[in-house]
Amino acid sequence: MKYLDEYRDAQTARRYAEALARIVQRPWTIMEVCGGQTHAIVRFGIDQLLPPQIRLVHGPGCPVCVTPVELIDKAIAMAGLPEVIFCSFGDMLRVPGSSSDLLRVKAEGGDVRIVYSPLDAVQIAAANPQREVVFFAVGFETTAPANAMAVLEARRRGIENFSLLVSHFLVPPVLRAILESPGCKVQGFLAAGHVCTVMGYTEYEPIAQQYHVPVVVTGFEPIDILQGVLLCVQQLEAGRAVVENQYARAVRREGNQAAQAALHEVFQVVSRHWRGLGEIPRSGLGLAEPYARYDAERRFGISVAPPDHDTTCISGLVLQGAKRPLECPAFATTCTPEHPLGPTMVSSEGACAAYYRYRHVAGGQDGRA
Amino acid sequence: MGEHSLENGSLVCPVPLNQYPVVLLAHGGGGKLMHELVAKMFLTSFRNPWLEARHDGAVFPLDGKRIAFTTDSYVVRPLFFPGGNIGTLAVNGTVNDLAMCGARPLYLSVGLVLEEGLPMETLWRVVSSMAEAARQAGVQIVTGDTKVVDKGKGDGLFINTSGVGVIEHDLPVSPSAIQVGDAVILSGDIGRHGIAIMAARESLQFETEIESDCAPLHQLTSTLFEHGIAVHCLRDLTRGGLATALLELAEISGTHIVIHEDHIAVRDDVRGACEILGLDPLYVANEGRFVAFVPAHEAKRALELLRSRSKETVPAIIGEVEATPRGHVTLRSRLGTSRFLHMLSGDQLPRIC
Repeated sequence: MKYLDEYRDAQTARRYAEALARIVQRPWTIMEVCGGQTHAIVRFGIDQLLPPQIRLVHGPGCPVCVTPVELIDKAIAMAGLPEVIFCSFGDMLRVPGSSSDLLRVKAEGGDVRIVYSPLDAVQIAAANPQREVVFFAVGFETTAPANAMAVLEARRRGIENFSLLVSHFLVPPVLRAILESPGCKVQGFLAAGHVCTVMGYTEYEPIAQQYHVPVVVTGFEPIDILQGVLLCVQQLEAGRAVVENQYARAVRREGNQAAQAALHEVFQVVSRHWRGLGEIPRSGLGLAEPYARYDAERRFGISVAPPDHDTTCISGLVLQGAKRPLECPAFATTCTPEHPLGPTMVSSEGACAAYYRYRHVAGGQDGRA
Repeated sequence: MGEHSLENGSLVCPVPLNQYPVVLLAHGGGGKLMHELVAKMFLTSFRNPWLEARHDGAVFPLDGKRIAFTTDSYVVRPLFFPGGNIGTLAVNGTVNDLAMCGARPLYLSVGLVLEEGLPMETLWRVVSSMAEAARQAGVQIVTGDTKVVDKGKGDGLFINTSGVGVIEHDLPVSPSAIQVGDAVILSGDIGRHGIAIMAARESLQFETEIESDCAPLHQLTSTLFEHGIAVHCLRDLTRGGLATALLELAEISGTHIVIHEDHIAVRDDVRGACEILGLDPLYVANEGRFVAFVPAHEAKRALELLRSRSKETVPAIIGEVEATPRGHVTLRSRLGTSRFLHMLSGDQLPRIC
């Protein structure tokens, strides 16, 4: 299949692995930022192809993982209201709040629907004028433009029974937070290709310079990731620290300016609480003032109690790349995808869930088959 | 009465009620929650050797013959989809469960639960399809039942079918008969049914229409028995797909099943849809595919027999059975790497990005 098979080719993969083995001199720790990349690395076993000096750690780029419990609890409370049709992408439905999840709300009679595009939610609102339609707007810069378009479409059509529960996060501020955290081990980044498709990569240039850390904009197929790691290691071995674009078939330096315009029209930069990482200033998006009437939090005014935190869970450290899932005492014992203690076990893109699915074997250490 | 007790205070519900006070859709999704429910509630309540075999049906002796008996309920939405409808599914599904017991399907029962307001024309189309599917499969629908529920209390139409078949060979075809060294044969490409249903349900438009693989399988399986292949186990791939079926079999047989990604056929249109939706085709449902476990030295002949009887699909040897680690399934990727497959909690959910 075009655009797929050439990026999964075994011979090409071997060539990149050999090239890496030839140039690597010292141990390096590289973080792949995006959960989609983590998923691909573990699914395709890419880390098994790397020389032992290279350690990949998994970044915070999983929207399901970093959405705080308080917001999930608000989603659950809204979804239980009789007038509400609550629309969400599929993988948010299983995410546990402090005492329930959206699948359970659905089982108990709540009108919870999986949609494939936020515009579908606008359509549902148009078709059900007597109901309130809430769309759970989750994600990074990647999903924000489509969510902005949904708001603009609702406004254009005069649809007033539509609102967003916004949980949007921005990548550059969290990379800075990781680099500034004490004990940070990350020496290079594979930046998230899809985020950069929208935003371009000029925002990463000052980060590379200021922290002297290479940033390689990287795609999601095995060959993309291997090539991204190779470019990153070449820089590290040469003592260079610039932004490079491995994912040139999708990413331009300036990004997609039409998408950025929609994003900036509808959203404004706000501080956000990241699950597992805490409050990071100016690290997320909220609805801009002219669009405040589409804000579900304002519309429903729901407040929830702050949840208890489980102390054994190390997801915060996993999200910062300081620890790996198998170093957690709760991993696959008290913490499983059915009963996750922390966010990284919840989403299929979460580092712990990816390890559980592809690596874990009862009694084994790392589960390499 | 504590929260763990059922009405009879002396019984303790084996499914932890504090975790699952109500039934979730995932309890029927063919994944881990469903297996827990079956193992903890149904197996422990009805305990007997036939149920404990955890086969697609029960096999028991009757008048010197071996008889296979099975049942299945069909709740698919939408009722009609490319490549079939709930009626063809209800006939073929039960025919296939009998075929997986190594039996020749003979007689089916049909129970219909109709929702008030269902167009009579819809019912007629479904019943006509059932008659045609039964004719093609060579089975008779010999008894049935009809109930109508209030409007809003059903999803148009639910069907239950049960089936009886006769086993005309002496092989103990079952998951526990799987042996180390067996070859694993897959009867064709995977993932068509699940994607066809999802596309129809969500009105997703792909370049080409993907049709369900819904089909009766006993003509294929019987050719193996007729030619004296020492079949150890058969299993059709339904909810949960190839991965879930193999995981169940590895667990029941206490073996390690190794499969090779590049031997597993997935059509380009199905693969494309899976990529877009973030689904793994290994876990997508099928309604006309099965795996056969046969001794390695008979694998090539079995494959040739299956290929000679297959019309539009190409059966392939996809893997082999090893001893350890017991109860696990390993996928060897095209890149030469390996990973364990795991059972999902319930249905696969499309990902955000």
